[in-house]
Amino acid sequence: MNTKVNLCGIELDNPVIPASGCFGYGYEFAELYDINCLGTFSFKGTTKDPRFGNPTPRIAECTAGMINAVGLQNPGVEKVISEELPRLKACFSKPVMANVSGFSVEDYAYTCELLDKEEQVGWLEVNVSCPNVHGGGMSFGTSPEAAATVTRAVKAVTKKPVIIKLSPNVTDIVSIAKACEEAGADGISLINTLLGMRIDLARRRPVIANKMGGFSGSAIFPVAVRMVYQVSHAVKIPVVGMGGVSSAEDVIEMMMAGATAVEVGAANLVNPYASRDIIEELPDVMKKYRIENLSDIIGVV
Amino acid sequence: MKQGIFKIIENTPLTETVYRMRLVGDTGAITASGQFVNLLLSGRFLRRPISVCDCEGDVLTLVYKVVGQGTAQMSAMRTGDTLDILTGLGNGYDLSASGDRPLLLGGGVGVPPLYMLAKRLIAEGKHVSVILGFNTKDEVFYEEEFRALGADVTVTTVDGSYGVRGFVTNAMESIDYTYFYTCGPEPMLRAVHGASRTGGQLSFEERMGCGFGACMGCSCKTLTGNKRICKEGPVMRKEEILWSEK
Repeated sequence: MNTKVNLCGIELDNPVIPASGCFGYGYEFAELYDINCLGTFSFKGTTKDPRFGNPTPRIAECTAGMINAVGLQNPGVEKVISEELPRLKACFSKPVMANVSGFSVEDYAYTCELLDKEEQVGWLEVNVSCPNVHGGGMSFGTSPEAAATVTRAVKAVTKKPVIIKLSPNVTDIVSIAKACEEAGADGISLINTLLGMRIDLARRRPVIANKMGGFSGSAIFPVAVRMVYQVSHAVKIPVVGMGGVSSAEDVIEMMMAGATAVEVGAANLVNPYASRDIIEELPDVMKKYRIENLSDIIGVV
Repeated sequence: MKQGIFKIIENTPLTETVYRMRLVGDTGAITASGQFVNLLLSGRFLRRPISVCDCEGDVLTLVYKVVGQGTAQMSAMRTGDTLDILTGLGNGYDLSASGDRPLLLGGGVGVPPLYMLAKRLIAEGKHVSVILGFNTKDEVFYEEEFRALGADVTVTTVDGSYGVRGFVTNAMESIDYTYFYTCGPEPMLRAVHGASRTGGQLSFEERMGCGFGACMGCSCKTLTGNKRICKEGPVMRKEEILWSEK
């Protein structure tokens, strides 16, 4: 049985990738298990400048999911390179996915250019869900033009594969994915969280200080499968599927929908062994569905 | 941190809303008083962080208050039921700074983590004073348990229906102490911080995602940098707290 897949020219031992923001820089999880069993992982979203993020509470529970409004807390790209990557290297020997966010086109290019030079970085995953401070606060990911502009700016200063991570909070995700492909993206990953909100009935106010946040967890899985299906059938570049994945069956479903690799997010926060458990379950589930090579099922639906 | 399956051996009410649950399992990762565990409840997405009240051998004691659907579900669990629990979370209290006469101040459901702390300080030969603050007489719990450890116990109630009338800070003035440890609602922590004459440690609460440092859901700013309540906390030293950012 073969679980290997090829993501933008780099072979992964298996398609399972802990998603950004749910796995830190890997070392918290490396205390629990050898994280070299992972295909790779996408590290905490990195920005040009250090960010504390949003006020607390930042978390709200939902049925089969959660809302977070962390607000991209991270120490900034310079410290990520000088402090976090050496710690990551000590516990993970494979190429890692560098997740990048920005609030202007220049921010994205600056951060990606620096991370592109880091030996351990295999892919750049560019999160275009953040608000554009020069564009009236609209997210880059909500317009094909803005997403393409970010893609071109990042591609101009990097050599490594660039995967654009799309927001599902849009009217037509296919047009945005196609615009990124035309602008030179090497891959697309989706879905980021769905915009959600909870209200504390007793206090008559939102649970989260920021009022709204990103809804994730198994509840969003069907939405993610649908969007992965739509996008993967409209573009030629590989698609990384994510959104509510919490089992080996979910991984296979995402791949049948068209994903070349699959990210696991919130599940890691509930069961710290989730990604390892999914990898361990994969061979049995492949056997059950008579899959010899996992890569054969990509987009069969 | 360790993940384990624990079996409930007791789950009894101490007051109308506060319960004591004792469980048996691998407690090896619990190293300090003031740490917490994070338990998975069937049908609930996120785990529930609950402070460790006591840990002796393979028996873990949790004293919790029913405040929402998750804790209500816990209160309905029975002897013999099992729970998936992450143990050994958070930094816990540092006993080394206590001096000879530490003062422990707990408010409501902030009382439980002070129990194992008192036990350990008394085992080190310290003279431990405890002030337990509640709203009213019916809410008082663990007074006798602290007394049985050998601590000097004062109970305060806001309405004066039992013990000293007022807040824990009202009882604090008459006690001679070398250091303080506290846990309770944030207004109480602020008041204790303001009224204290010595150094001390305060345990904070925040809504958490993972409870083990991965999601950054419970971050706060301190004078010594950004901290995660679940990882570098929940216990902070008096001198590092930035109230304006709380």
